[in-house]
Amino acid sequence: MDKVIVCENLSKHFGPFKAVDDISFEVKRGEIFGFLGANGAGKTTALKMLTGLIMPTSGRAEVAGFDVRQNPEAVKRRIGYMSQKFSLYEDLTVRENIRLFGGIYGLKRAVILEKTAALLSALELENAADQRVSALPLGWRQKLSFSVALLHEPQIVFLDEPTSGVDPLTRRRFWELIYATAEQGVTIMVTTHYMDEAEYCGRVSMMVDGRIAALDTPHLLKKQFDAADMDEVFRKIARPDDKQKTLKSGKK
Amino acid sequence: MLSISNISKSYGAIKALDDISFEVASGEIFGLIGPDGAGKTSMFRILATLLLPDQGAAKIAGLDVVRDYKALRHRIGYMPGRFSLYQDLSVAENLEFFAAVFGTSIEANYQLIAPIYDQLKPFKDRRAGALSGGMKQKLALCCALIHKPDLLLLDEPGTGVDPVSRKEFWDMLRDLRDGGLTILVSTPYMDEAALCDRVALLQNGRIMAMDTPEKITAAFSRPIFAARSADMYRLIQDLRAMPGVADCYAFGEFAHAVLDDRSLKSSDLLQYLQECGHTEVQVKNAEANIEDCFIELMKKETTHG
Amino acid sequence: MRHFFAFIKKEFLHILRDRRTLMILFGMPVVQVLLFGFVLNNEIKNAAIAVYDPSKDEASTALVGKLVSSGYFRLAQNLKGPEEMEAAFRSGKIKMAVVFPNEFAKNAGQPDARVQLIGDASDPNAAVTLLNYAQAIVGDWQQERAKAIGAPRLEIITRMRYNPEQKAVFNFVPGVMTLILMLVSAMMTSITIAREKEMGTMEVLLVSPLKPIHIILGKTTPYLVLSFFNALVVVLMGMLVFGMPLRGSAGLLALSSVVYMFVALSLGIFISTRAQTQQAAMFMSALGLLMPTMLLSGFIFPRESMPLPLQVIGNAIPATWFNPIIKGIMIKGVGLEVLWKNLLVLTGMGLVFLVLSLRNFKDRL
Repeated sequence: MDKVIVCENLSKHFGPFKAVDDISFEVKRGEIFGFLGANGAGKTTALKMLTGLIMPTSGRAEVAGFDVRQNPEAVKRRIGYMSQKFSLYEDLTVRENIRLFGGIYGLKRAVILEKTAALLSALELENAADQRVSALPLGWRQKLSFSVALLHEPQIVFLDEPTSGVDPLTRRRFWELIYATAEQGVTIMVTTHYMDEAEYCGRVSMMVDGRIAALDTPHLLKKQFDAADMDEVFRKIARPDDKQKTLKSGKK
Repeated sequence: MLSISNISKSYGAIKALDDISFEVASGEIFGLIGPDGAGKTSMFRILATLLLPDQGAAKIAGLDVVRDYKALRHRIGYMPGRFSLYQDLSVAENLEFFAAVFGTSIEANYQLIAPIYDQLKPFKDRRAGALSGGMKQKLALCCALIHKPDLLLLDEPGTGVDPVSRKEFWDMLRDLRDGGLTILVSTPYMDEAALCDRVALLQNGRIMAMDTPEKITAAFSRPIFAARSADMYRLIQDLRAMPGVADCYAFGEFAHAVLDDRSLKSSDLLQYLQECGHTEVQVKNAEANIEDCFIELMKKETTHG
Repeated sequence: MRHFFAFIKKEFLHILRDRRTLMILFGMPVVQVLLFGFVLNNEIKNAAIAVYDPSKDEASTALVGKLVSSGYFRLAQNLKGPEEMEAAFRSGKIKMAVVFPNEFAKNAGQPDARVQLIGDASDPNAAVTLLNYAQAIVGDWQQERAKAIGAPRLEIITRMRYNPEQKAVFNFVPGVMTLILMLVSAMMTSITIAREKEMGTMEVLLVSPLKPIHIILGKTTPYLVLSFFNALVVVLMGMLVFGMPLRGSAGLLALSSVVYMFVALSLGIFISTRAQTQQAAMFMSALGLLMPTMLLSGFIFPRESMPLPLQVIGNAIPATWFNPIIKGIMIKGVGLEVLWKNLLVLTGMGLVFLVLSLRNFKDRL
């Protein structure tokens, strides 16, 4: 039972505003961990702390064996990151993107060449290798973007809404890619707005107002909240006494 | 209320809309359902008189979107994909501004927006930029409604909004419809199709199917079983390999297996999966949902070219 | 009209709430006038010079003393031989060298008497200025000496009119005014229109019953008011801080400023009909308006010294026509009888751009 993420009493305050308020959790190797919550609930801030982009106000987080506060650079070398929008350079070709990101992560030339060939054949993109990324269909771009995030063999990949706006078929194929990657022992941290996708995660955390309001397997969460699906779980957690309370927390 | 005939629009080599025709009746919520790049936004911009179609015509309340665009602009309420609000103006200032621009006042049509605006009132002095996604969405809706339009055009109102706010938003739309408003709405979230009176499934600029959501799902031709086990990933792989299974995809905690072989029973799947070494196996009959239909239609489109 | 006023109110709210815009609007004129007035001064003080003086007599010592006491020069090095001069120039230690002949006192006053002034023309402007100063000082000294000895010398009298002290400020204040008005009026309006396109609010405005002319006037009116206020600040600073005169009519100055702002605003709108993003609008106004205004209008570099094609291009720049108006009114005190042509040209330019932008303004996407 390797723990690749250990998070203890982690908080981030912006002035008086507690974006992340004392969260603790652990994630195991090869787990698919879902990060859910309304906009402004603190998901993005939490992810930024775990990826070493911002310093926590208090608390401790260890990612891939390194403390995010003391050694953010070591953390960054061991994680991959993909968001739907900004992961690839659209005006570069497929091959150029792979080479660029390989270079950024300090891979040797020979390794990059070898990985490029492997990646192109795995994605069946050999014929499109010298096309600009902007010319690829969205589904391909997404898979390429994911594969590029995995190029330096990170222990953990962070996926920030990787499937928003994508058709149902591409969305499912993408999840199969996620499963296959997790099978190989890579830990996946994923945020999504599709509640059915929450079901695909091994465990799911639901954030409300900077705190983790619930954390368990989808199955147990549904049991705990007596809900038919994750959508209902989400609604019950996010709006416990219906509308009034959330209107008060309407701030970003 | 709205009739669209043979509209096409291309950007260079890319066909954003390819011979689209449909009609929307008064007092109906009509949904354009499709992923990003399906052509939804181009369709909305044509109807909002902001874009000229290459071919075809569209009429709203008898007015042509190209010829009578000036008269039409008084009669439609348009909410573009990104919430078009002034981030540096407060909630009240935004609303006042859009009311004035349309030559009306908040008081004149307050009745229409009251149920929505009442929820925003506690924050009326807050800048729009500091609102949550759900609140921005509500404010943008108020701004689009303030001049009492006949037709509401909502382009992806749910993007960037959490599921709970999205649900509330749909409740508001249904209330507005019950008040007699006609609404054309687009969304990439397939589950929202069920909330529309009628939908068109859009992919690559073409309508793949158009009907009530119930009829679209009822038209699904093959039987579906929902299966689950302790290992979803292997379950999908194994089901795909099973003879008689055409296709298999994850749907929430279950995987949907679409069958070619109608003689297969749930007990056959159960037995097969247990033989494959799955634990906690459960198999049941399932109804097709919009996503099943969308996937099937997509595959048909690609095989037929 | 109500929707028009609502638009203007909204525009003022945008301006007042954006600290960056406020800084540009109110901080920039002040900073620029001060910068140009004090820093970009043509006058040079305390330039380092080297002297090679083999004669070392009373005449050469007196002349060096006069050069140094003028305040323009500072004796940095006494050269032991002419060969040291090269090294001193190369090292950048000196800007000018003065080389005396042998037995200077004996020969001074003779027709073939010589003092060499050698400048470092790697910075030609500075070199010319320094040599001019030095020549004038040498000339003075010569005359004094001629008087003392009793030999009559031809006296050349030059007088600078209007700006006898040749204050650089008299050139820069009008220049800054043309620049600031162009910047605020054209750049800011083009950026705010582009911002609406970027934020998507333009889509909603277009769908509304607002006419293009409403949107254009609604966008420009607040900036017209602010630009006018800015022009006032720049003129007052020029007068109070730098002692610029206002010899002509204040009313005419105000009127011609408004005409110039009209040109700048219509240019700004014209740019905004082309630019889709704030960044593009910024680039287009900086490259298309600010650079030519600074470089080609005669504000920094004299137009007379430009090659003909650049002079022709310069004629198409509004500032080229506005600059003489301010200078004429403030410094020379002339009126409409001289400046009518410039005003007419500006009005024409404004109308051309306004028509062009109204034709270009799309009421679709």
